[in-house]
Amino acid sequence: MLRRFLQRPEGVAGLVLLAALVLAALAAPLLFPGDPKAITGAPMIPPFSDAAFPLGTDRLGRDLLAGLFHGARTSLLVGGAAALVAITGGMLVGTAAGFAGGLIDEALMRVVDAFQIVPGFLLALAFVSVTGPTLTAVVIAIALAAWTAPARLARAEVLRLRRAEFVAAARTMGEHPWRIAFRDILPLALPPVLALAAVIVANAVLTESALSFLGLGDPNAVTWGGMIAEGRNQIRSAAYLSVIPGLALVTTVISIYLCADALAEAMSGSRR
Amino acid sequence: MPRVLRLLRRRLLASIPVLLIVVLGTFLLLNAAGGDAVDAYLSSIGGGSAELAQELRQRYGIEGGAVARFLIYASGLLQADLGWSVALNRPVLTAIAERLPNTLWLMGAATALSFTLGSALGVIAGRRPGGLCDRLLSGVSLALYSVPGFWLGLVLSILFAVRLRWFPVSGVETIASGKEGLARALDIAWHLTLPVTALGVIYLALFLRVMRAGMAEAWRQDWALGARARGLSEWRITLNHVARNALLPVVTMLGYQIAGMVGGSVVIESVFGIPGFGRLAQEAVSARDAPLLMGVILVSALVVIVTNLAVDLLYGVLDPRVEA
Repeated sequence: MLRRFLQRPEGVAGLVLLAALVLAALAAPLLFPGDPKAITGAPMIPPFSDAAFPLGTDRLGRDLLAGLFHGARTSLLVGGAAALVAITGGMLVGTAAGFAGGLIDEALMRVVDAFQIVPGFLLALAFVSVTGPTLTAVVIAIALAAWTAPARLARAEVLRLRRAEFVAAARTMGEHPWRIAFRDILPLALPPVLALAAVIVANAVLTESALSFLGLGDPNAVTWGGMIAEGRNQIRSAAYLSVIPGLALVTTVISIYLCADALAEAMSGSRR
Repeated sequence: MPRVLRLLRRRLLASIPVLLIVVLGTFLLLNAAGGDAVDAYLSSIGGGSAELAQELRQRYGIEGGAVARFLIYASGLLQADLGWSVALNRPVLTAIAERLPNTLWLMGAATALSFTLGSALGVIAGRRPGGLCDRLLSGVSLALYSVPGFWLGLVLSILFAVRLRWFPVSGVETIASGKEGLARALDIAWHLTLPVTALGVIYLALFLRVMRAGMAEAWRQDWALGARARGLSEWRITLNHVARNALLPVVTMLGYQIAGMVGGSVVIESVFGIPGFGRLAQEAVSARDAPLLMGVILVSALVVIVTNLAVDLLYGVLDPRVEA
């Protein structure tokens, strides 16, 4: 399957881009030590005009390139963590609902319905406004808006698998029902849910940027959304302040989708 | 049509417990916040005595314990009373009714644009999967699908409003222009062009991808070959047979995306300064106005329920095999 994945040029391109972004995120404190929000140069240096600040500086004289590198850290960290929380939580709820059946299933699925009819972004907005803007709160807020899809998928998989013979065998051997659900069935329900992971990560990155654009991100972290929002004040004189972080955002999301597409093709190819 | 009525009744009954969960859930969440609208108001006017705070809370019905407040709130809901917005100094329902039309116009236009253009381009791309046209359109749609709407809105407004001055930077219509009828409609359309594009592009890309996949799938079916064998014209097979079948998953996707679009309109309205429903949510957050935020969440849930119902009915029209 890896070979199939690597045979697709768009998959390789996505993987290379994503690896570069992860490297940038990891290397940010080494390449740009110190506070990326500290003033380091003259204000409003345009991009490509000063070798010390390749992408220029903002209205306070903060290095844009350092901001981009540190922003990659926040974006990937929040996106990845939110997706992890959403998938874990969703799978636990979905597996419990599908395996328990009856009233528990009915009740849990109504809760899933309730989360699905409330626009996820409004829910995230409300959650962050209640808890205050910290990175943890943003991660939970995004996960709250994203856990329903994995929950539904896990439930469907469990409903399909619970009639399988190995489940009946485990039951006759006297295994505890919850052990069957979470040790025997859940791992098998994992692959289709993981196929969703890329979309969830990409959406989480976008939601994080939108939240920090509205000023609801962690004020202590550098975020691309926050940089875009600050650049908005100089939109007439220095549009690059908003355009460049946005390009970084688009590159991140594209690379995730390219990897996901190639992975899906490779998986469907290997099944055939 | 009794079939339609049966579907309507069943779906409405099924949505009651879900709405109850939404009401209870948002109430619990927003009550966990420290400080309420009275605190925010008092700090905005430079402080006040405890007696004043108590009196204000009593007047706005936000005193007492959580259970008492929930009962007051829930009984108000049954009479279509969403409470009082301290920040805007008017009933929540009035505030929402003032702002909702702008957002519905924005979302409706974005949906129409993305749905028609997206499925039309999907028909073209799905005509020959793997062909030049398909690869070009698929690549462009992937790129567009990855662009955050608020940033696209900013870039569009830098290009077309700030630099070229073709479109206004913000607002929903020219203030105090005195325009009426068609002139006013054109004025609003001119103001909404950029926001609608910024909001709709991501869905255009999504519908294109779904339609393309559906077309590619439908062309492989035996009945497509059969239609060709019967000597039907290429156009007729594409539109009447293949596209009609490929449209069904796009319609399903449309229903799924409404909730996302309400969320997207929050940021787009903030970028373009449109006094709409989404901006109301943001104002409620910054003023710590819990009743207003709750009203916004409840009404958006209702909008999602109603549009999903409409999508289901549409689905029944498009595919007679679907039973209510």
